[in-house]
Amino acid sequence: MANLTTNFIGIKSPNPFWLASAPPTDKAYNVERAFEAGWGGVVWKTLGSEGPPVVNVNGPRYGAIWGADRRLLGLNNIELITDRPLQVNLDEIKMVKRKWRDRAMVISLMVPCDEESWKDILHRIEDTEADGVELNFGCPHGMAERGMGSAVGQVPEYIEMVTRWVKTHSRMPCIVKLTPNINDIRKPAEAAKRGGADAVSLINTINSITSVNLDSFSPEPMIDGKGTHGGYCGPAVKPIALNMVAEIARAQATRGLPISGIGGVTTWRDAAEFMALGAGNVQVCTAAMTYGFKIVQEMISGLSDYMDSKGMTATSDLVARAVPNVTDWQYLNLNYVTKAHINQDDCIKCGRCYAACEDTSHQAIAMSEDRTFTVKDAECVACNLCVNVCPVENCITMEVLPKGATDERTGKKVDDYANWTTHPNNPSVAAE
Amino acid sequence: MLNSPFTPGVVLARLSDGELALNFADISPMLDAHEARVAADRCYFCHDAPCITACPTDIDIPLFIRQIATGTPDAAAKTILSQNIMGGMCARVCPTEVLCEGACVREMAEGKPVEIGRLQRFATDTLMEKGIHPFTRAAATGKKVAVVGAGPAGLSCAHRAAMLGHDVTVYEARAKAGGLNEYGIAAYKAADDFAAREVDWLLKIGGIVIHCGKSLGADITLAQLEANYDAVFLGIGLGSVNALGLAGADLDGVHNAVDFIETLRQTDKAKLAIGRDVVVIGGGMTAVDAAVQSRLLGAQNVTMVYRGAREKMSASAYEQEHATSAGVRIIHNAAPKAIHGSAYVTGVEFTYAGGDAFTVPADQVFLAIGQTLEGAPTLLDGKKLKTNAGKIWAGGDCAAGGQDLTVTAVAEGRDAAMAIHAKIMG
Repeated sequence: MANLTTNFIGIKSPNPFWLASAPPTDKAYNVERAFEAGWGGVVWKTLGSEGPPVVNVNGPRYGAIWGADRRLLGLNNIELITDRPLQVNLDEIKMVKRKWRDRAMVISLMVPCDEESWKDILHRIEDTEADGVELNFGCPHGMAERGMGSAVGQVPEYIEMVTRWVKTHSRMPCIVKLTPNINDIRKPAEAAKRGGADAVSLINTINSITSVNLDSFSPEPMIDGKGTHGGYCGPAVKPIALNMVAEIARAQATRGLPISGIGGVTTWRDAAEFMALGAGNVQVCTAAMTYGFKIVQEMISGLSDYMDSKGMTATSDLVARAVPNVTDWQYLNLNYVTKAHINQDDCIKCGRCYAACEDTSHQAIAMSEDRTFTVKDAECVACNLCVNVCPVENCITMEVLPKGATDERTGKKVDDYANWTTHPNNPSVAAE
Repeated sequence: MLNSPFTPGVVLARLSDGELALNFADISPMLDAHEARVAADRCYFCHDAPCITACPTDIDIPLFIRQIATGTPDAAAKTILSQNIMGGMCARVCPTEVLCEGACVREMAEGKPVEIGRLQRFATDTLMEKGIHPFTRAAATGKKVAVVGAGPAGLSCAHRAAMLGHDVTVYEARAKAGGLNEYGIAAYKAADDFAAREVDWLLKIGGIVIHCGKSLGADITLAQLEANYDAVFLGIGLGSVNALGLAGADLDGVHNAVDFIETLRQTDKAKLAIGRDVVVIGGGMTAVDAAVQSRLLGAQNVTMVYRGAREKMSASAYEQEHATSAGVRIIHNAAPKAIHGSAYVTGVEFTYAGGDAFTVPADQVFLAIGQTLEGAPTLLDGKKLKTNAGKIWAGGDCAAGGQDLTVTAVAEGRDAAMAIHAKIMG
């Protein structure tokens, strides 16, 4: 069995599966249940400043979208940071960490954007023996209206400034949690790095309205007829998160900056994908909130089996393996020519490929009287839509034309690698 | 409970009232809303979908399933009913395994088709339970259409003709409208008096008057109808049963299966006597319905004997399996040779294709060897009615062509109404 232990910016954990700062990590009871189930670490739910506890709404905090059979695909929330007294949290963190020495214990923090506030909270948590801090610059709802959370995360200068305060007033490893509600995710990551962050974690939740009640015309989740945007998470956000992780992993300015991957991690495979794109570990919330803590057992066995099958002995063998293959469009090989191929033995004759291609794409699939569907190579641009809409996995495959073969659509022979930067249609090439 | 399945002879109450109620309850209850959405999600929304091609009434199945999946079952029902006004009954009695579901690509893919029949029922029942009739009549045309026979073909024709603005008069020989839906389908397929409820719902279109107890030949003549109406539709079904032509066929205890099934539909099950050893001769749906319901009434031994090979049986594989799982024994390739007994039947002698003879003990025998148009008054073409090019149209079991199915009858009635409309308005 592969060794799943990780050392993330000096924080050790028996596996790379941490619970993200969120409702599941709000108190000792939950966190201990998580550790009993096998989670490698937790980021404790965000603590705020000393003072009157935060107040939450007393109606629904979550909204959701579902697939068939109510499979939860996306969740949003309007819950704020912990609403329990600070000292209660601190005492519990200390108690749990002492009891579970081998697990990672990181504390998420969100306090007003002034140095004293940060200095104060860092001082208060020092005694907990926690392994590190995570700066919550991500939450897009509620706290952002008070100048915290994503309100900070959307201004790189603030990120840098606060991160510097934290590194100045604490010796703890510091993770900066980024909001995806921004144009270019690289900018806040660069700012965090400049401020001295040891790592970034992303993504936090995405501004969202999950649905609209078409009887009461209120957004969901609805509080007394009104709704507000909440933070979106769960399987639906994973592709967005993967891209943002990859952007930071491959950018010159942030290359090598440790990343904790967050966003729709539901299975071992999701975790492996985040790690391949540069995440040193992953944080999970929605999957645990949907299915309970036991899912970590599948994550552990799945990742371990995968690593064994690939001959990987440590998670470091996997981390960032896919990063070199993430590139810009302009460097993609324009001489890579594929054609869709429909395996007639697997085809169930639903005709979805035909409808998709005929109605919305390139009219490259022929349909016979007896419902045999075949690709017209002379029309196929290899867009992959037929593959994506086919209900039978691997029934339609994209076959690569070997070098020297003629592309029936263009009449050209397949040549060596060439990309847009040298293409004759590229105005900047022609200008030279 | 007076008796048990072991009691010899033809007796009442082999099972308790509770057991009988359970046995004759709805065989496949309506899906609930969540089940329907899950089932609907399995539909691939095929291009030029094979299920539509396989449906005799050409219901746009992918569309109605998508309407269910998106939470609009009433719209789904309208999609169904605009093609097949008896979509509710067809959802219950269609041999979907050889029609839409047999053609479903998921049947090919994984041997588990989308549950089209049950989804159709979900949609139509949802609408009908609300008492909504989603169609209205066109402006009155002043034309009069006579329909003979209030079965699926006749009612389908009547509804469409009424919708097109014609005034329709239906003549029905029996006491109730519905035809085989009312008298000829296994009770558990049309539980809770569904056939009658569907007729009531169908008539909400307006413009249809039904006269029951009026049979062609005895009470009305074709000549009268031709004289008094702009068009006449004959949907009179098959009134006669093929004769077995064997000695002993007139013994006590030997019945036509269609009569047995009819009695079952119109009688309290506790008041129905059934034999201990029942033999059903035939290999079609009627034979299956008679055999299965004999078991459900408590017959201990029910044997269904068919003269041909298994694959030649007109009962579908699904129906055969339904019979065997109900405890019916099916014997193939055995032809009836004689029915034994003195006053009462005691057994039926068969001969295997190879020549070997055997006798199955019987205290009750049901003959399900097909029906015929014999005795119908007019317009004979071979043994089936043929649509006349003038004022007379025909459809359903009595008409030439088509399958022996409710859904086919509905399609033919509908199409006849469209043809009538074109002709009389032309």
